[in-house]
Amino acid sequence: MSHSTKKDEILHDHNHDGIDRRGFLKCMAWAGTGALCVMQGGVLKSYSLSRLAAIGEKEAKGDLSFVQISDSHMGFNKPANPDVAGTLKAAVDKINALTLPPEFMLHTGDISHLSKAEEFDAVEQILKSAKPKDIFYVPGEHDVLNDEGAQFRQRFSKGSNGAGWYSFEKKGVHFIGLVNVMNLKSGGMGNLGAEQLEWMEKDVKSLSKSMPIVVFAHIPLWSVYPEWGWGTEDSAQALGYLKKFGSVTVLNGHIHQTMQKVEGNVTFHTAASTAFPQPKPGSAPGPGPMKVPDDQLRGLLGVTDVKQAHGQHALAVVDSSLG
Amino acid sequence: MERVSRVVCIAALILGLAGLAIPISMNIASVGGRATAHAESATAEVKIDNFTFTPATITVPVGAQVTWTNRDDIPHTVVSDDQAIKSKALDTDDKFTFTFSKTGTYTYFCSLHPKMKGKVVVQ
Repeated sequence: MSHSTKKDEILHDHNHDGIDRRGFLKCMAWAGTGALCVMQGGVLKSYSLSRLAAIGEKEAKGDLSFVQISDSHMGFNKPANPDVAGTLKAAVDKINALTLPPEFMLHTGDISHLSKAEEFDAVEQILKSAKPKDIFYVPGEHDVLNDEGAQFRQRFSKGSNGAGWYSFEKKGVHFIGLVNVMNLKSGGMGNLGAEQLEWMEKDVKSLSKSMPIVVFAHIPLWSVYPEWGWGTEDSAQALGYLKKFGSVTVLNGHIHQTMQKVEGNVTFHTAASTAFPQPKPGSAPGPGPMKVPDDQLRGLLGVTDVKQAHGQHALAVVDSSLG
Repeated sequence: MERVSRVVCIAALILGLAGLAIPISMNIASVGGRATAHAESATAEVKIDNFTFTPATITVPVGAQVTWTNRDDIPHTVVSDDQAIKSKALDTDDKFTFTFSKTGTYTYFCSLHPKMKGKVVVQ
């Protein structure tokens, strides 16, 4: 028994790309329970915060560190989590407890459940107590209901382009915030659109290929599970513009669980929700909120802490549960 | 009222399948006995459960009112492929009603979860 379990944990690298599907699936199963998932030989390292204390923060110390939170769904009040404000506050506490304060935060969308002003207000109020003062947002489909995202842009991405996309640099790392929740087509998945792709191509054209790139968007930019729409129709084109770069990290939300994947120069991560978990791909009839026993809920919610190690381009991504 | 709606819906479906040009009101009168003799009174219901429109395809007579009810914990929308029909985001238990005044096949989807698709056939 222990032998077969161990065997499952080994990453068989058939494609010599640093990842094995079986190992990957095993990794997904661990992630939700806040267990450690390490991919050796890849471009990133990932620790749970509880393990981080044992390993020592030295290893995860870097020139740049930031935190990703996602899917706060403020306003949601169903049995899967009747207190989304409480769990968001718990996420903030977790962030504030980090010994090395992150420089800023990314929120990868679904800030609100129904795009209501009071929901956005509540999230802004709670996040004011976070130590990192700069927060960069991209919208989820729940943030652009009924107004094509006008309120979202007014509050969270003033001065951005088009539907709310933008880029910025922090300590030699180029960040690109994309919007893939607008103008979705029947039968399709997430969508970036021609205008955004054109902007992105220009945005990265003059950058040095040695510059680390971090792309963040709500819906995964890789096909996690197309049957549930967990992917982005035209993501291949976007990732095509990033081929010349040595280190590309893609951070997404939307699927309310942590997953990781390495493909060539690109490392993909999805963050847990601070509100409620969703089922693993195909494990339920649909992707709706998953009701788990109350004592397990916080173990399935979380924050992601990302550090860029000094002198290397790899980003260390740390997933932490709220439990 | 609920019962009448169901009767109309079933009558419409039977008509649709048989391809008969019998006025819908005759069927209602003979089965339900309480409905008024106008095609406008025909109604149909579509439930949204677990990211699925049920039934996925409905057949109704011209003038029928179709009502969608969202029974999920997650908001959904009802948007026709040509965008001519467009509901607001429907929260849990919210309803959206549209009256189909022309024959034709109307394909629609949820603009938030576009894998969710449905069809209304108006005869």
